[in-house]
Amino acid sequence: MKGEVTMKKAIVGAVLIALTAGNVALADPPVLSITGAGATFPYPIYSKWFDTYHKLHTNIEINYQSIGSGGGIRQVTEGTVDFGATDGPMDDKALKGFSDKRGCNVLHFPTVLGGVVPIYNIPGVEGEIKFTPEALVGIYLGTISKWNDPVIAKDNAHLKLPANDIVVVHRSDGSGTTYIWVDFLSKVSKDWKEKVGVGTSVKWPVGLGGKGNEGVSGMVKQTPNSIGYVELIYALQNKMSYGSVKNAAGKFVKANLKSVTAAAAGAAKNMPEDFRVSITNPPGEDVYPIASFTWLLVPDQIKDEAKRKAIVGFLQWMLDKGQKMTEALQYAPLPKEVVEKEKKAIEKIHG
Amino acid sequence: MARLALRKSVNAVMFSLTFFCTVACLGVLFFILGYLFWNGGRDLNWNFFTKLPAPVGESGGGMANAIVGSGKLLLIASAIGVPIGMLGGIYLAECRGKTFPFIVRYATDLLNGVPSIIIGIFAYTLIVLKVKHFSAWAGGFALGIMMIPIALRSTEEFLRQVPSSLREASLSLGATRWQMILTAVVPAALRGILAGIMLDLARVAGETAPLLFTSFGNRFWSGGFDKPTASLPVMIFTYAIGPYEDWHRQAWAAGFVLLAMVFFFNLAARGLMSWRRTH
Amino acid sequence: MSTNVSLQSSGFTHELGAHNRRTRLVTRLAMLLDPLFFLLTLACAASIVAITVLLVHQLYVHSAESRNALGWNFLIGQNWDPVAGDFGALPFIFGTIVTSIIALLIAAPLGIATAVFLAEMAPPRLSRLMAFLIDLLAAVPSVIYGLLGIFLLAPFLTKAVVPPLQKALGFLPIFSGPFYGVSLFTACIVLAVMVVPFIVSISREVLLSVPRDQREASFALASTHWETVWRVVLPQARRGIYASVFLALARALGETMAVTMVIGNTPQIAKSLFAPGYTIAAVVANEFTEATGDLYLSALIELGLVLFVVTIVINGLSRLLIHATTGGHDHHG
Repeated sequence: MKGEVTMKKAIVGAVLIALTAGNVALADPPVLSITGAGATFPYPIYSKWFDTYHKLHTNIEINYQSIGSGGGIRQVTEGTVDFGATDGPMDDKALKGFSDKRGCNVLHFPTVLGGVVPIYNIPGVEGEIKFTPEALVGIYLGTISKWNDPVIAKDNAHLKLPANDIVVVHRSDGSGTTYIWVDFLSKVSKDWKEKVGVGTSVKWPVGLGGKGNEGVSGMVKQTPNSIGYVELIYALQNKMSYGSVKNAAGKFVKANLKSVTAAAAGAAKNMPEDFRVSITNPPGEDVYPIASFTWLLVPDQIKDEAKRKAIVGFLQWMLDKGQKMTEALQYAPLPKEVVEKEKKAIEKIHG
Repeated sequence: MARLALRKSVNAVMFSLTFFCTVACLGVLFFILGYLFWNGGRDLNWNFFTKLPAPVGESGGGMANAIVGSGKLLLIASAIGVPIGMLGGIYLAECRGKTFPFIVRYATDLLNGVPSIIIGIFAYTLIVLKVKHFSAWAGGFALGIMMIPIALRSTEEFLRQVPSSLREASLSLGATRWQMILTAVVPAALRGILAGIMLDLARVAGETAPLLFTSFGNRFWSGGFDKPTASLPVMIFTYAIGPYEDWHRQAWAAGFVLLAMVFFFNLAARGLMSWRRTH
Repeated sequence: MSTNVSLQSSGFTHELGAHNRRTRLVTRLAMLLDPLFFLLTLACAASIVAITVLLVHQLYVHSAESRNALGWNFLIGQNWDPVAGDFGALPFIFGTIVTSIIALLIAAPLGIATAVFLAEMAPPRLSRLMAFLIDLLAAVPSVIYGLLGIFLLAPFLTKAVVPPLQKALGFLPIFSGPFYGVSLFTACIVLAVMVVPFIVSISREVLLSVPRDQREASFALASTHWETVWRVVLPQARRGIYASVFLALARALGETMAVTMVIGNTPQIAKSLFAPGYTIAAVVANEFTEATGDLYLSALIELGLVLFVVTIVINGLSRLLIHATTGGHDHHG
């Protein structure tokens, strides 16, 4: 009996010591912790930026978690995180909701650009398929059901597209990627705009739903005769064939970093002050038409001075050194015009 | 004689069926464990257990903070789920009434069926919104609520299996009711109860959705229990849906580590129990 | 004359006949603690009811907007259109019920049979080891089940299971139509694998705790082993086994991550198991983080409330069924 009690005490004691030691050791130097939440698409580049920034300023820890654009907007509105991130800009209603709740306004800061590409898996077809906007709309509306439909075939005579049924794959979870895709489809087709519309989640007329970019690329990889849409970086990393898309100028452009940045440059001239703009289907020769900014959401009033300095400092670094790191991770950097405008906008953040 | 032969063959057939079912279950089990080990075990190294996550493109990172974080969350969850579940189970097994216990059982089954994300949202509105930040407390609370139903039902069922002769013997020796329960009945049922609790812990150890809005996640160390905390399931989720092959391998490795953690905890608990028995 | 006889029963020492003050004090303290302990257990049981009620209340309150806007049409509507603000829950209710029930139809017999084998036939050490390992299946994170489902199970079913099945039974409507890997069928199998550990683990322990003398009495009457199991052991273990099945059912109803990765996420009511579908838990998990707009959020929360009701109904029906088949013998709450 006595031995058992001592043994129990020893174990309990050891556990307690381990826990307190663990906690004490970790609760040491005065570290400034900043939390951010939001979009999953830019998570790789954001995590790289924040880790690099931490190495430069070891007392600042910026903790970013990708819980989704909607989550980012909600959390920053509630004030549970210091900044948010989103692939789709907040609409006026959301802006008002923010100012009602927090008593100040929220600023949008574009960080990088992303492109959404059509991936496909047709056994026997190796080359690049040229998609017109009409073809994409038809496929996703369900009006075009076979690969050798004339609408697709007329631009792809050199590839012998089979007479197989098209298996359409879309996103099941709400996402900024979907937003960009349907935003483009709405701009090029009144039909789509009326029947389906724009949103992070829509009622898809046809198709299977995959969870996340990974889910969609996984499904397309495994399902013959399928088509899906994913962020460029997933197509590149998974080595999937993706098609080129006809832009507003009539040219078939394949997505790459240059063509995506060009899309933003074209839109930069007419960009609104608050950077909330859609850059799908912009004018320009070599632009890729299905591209978008992704934004950081920062309140324009940050009372904590240390936090304010840290966030402002990060934003300036991001526009400067951070932009140089994007290409290595296959994100398109911001065009110069936008960077200049943003540097001015940072001054709006006050205490 | 023919009837005996028939009965014997029924015996053989039925047990063969159970054997095949067992083989099927175990086959699936070994396949999954093996696959996890093959995919995840290969990438395990010392870094995994000691370093923080490295940014994309850099090697040598690990999930040390997620391992500790998961430990913290499970500790809070057990501290909430096990006592409430066990004491509630004791009440249901030893009490007299009919209506209130029925309500309790029904409520428990309902609670068990609530999707984990809704429990997460519940903990979010209850804790995170009030204090305006994420914390291990909120995450542990969500997991703890999820633990209660299984702990309670296991405790109740195994207490009921204890024959009343044991209870009567204890009472006849002059024990009060609570002494009888705690010193005679519960120890007799302890093996089954422990099995249920281990199962319970195993299940919540792998839950992701409730943690997304409660403990959130952290790339860095989080001292104490009041900050956003990294956890293995969230890391697995984040890495598994990322674009990089390297991240996918880390996700498998993390899955393997999670399983190993549960395995060792299970082993330790059962070992402690059988050691206790013989001393 | 006082007799000092020490007895030890599970750590409780009692000296018969001794009337010293210390014993009296201890006994009185013990008796005082009795009602306190009872209150403590009652409080815990009550707190569970309180948490559940609070949860339902929260769901009810936060779904007010969509309840008012959509009314009863929410339950029978089949349209899920976040852009237009039109929400209908029927496809999700269908998917949830179908996947959970079929998963249990697969898992329960399999699990109980395995438990019987492990408890009755397997050598004790092997049985413990196997049970221990099967428990580990419960610890595999949902996400990983999902990944395994989509990268291993789906292709396997597409190549090796569905074609022969369709050849043999394709005339049945539930096995008709094209199969793309992700479907209700795949989700049922993944769910079955996920809930089997619960059934095996708890059932095995319950079977083991049926007292030996019951079995021996049966053997003494010249029953075969199987007859003993079927007629004596299983009936006594019935309560516990049912409890494990209920736990498994609850888990299947609420499973989120794994299901959403393999079910195809298409809100539709199809007659074939090979078609993609959607469940309540999956759609909430998929769309909650991104949902902007109050009506949308409110509709998702209302789905949570609907799941609650579905769980109540299924639970209630199952209990009625059990009550009917056991003739009301078991005092099963």
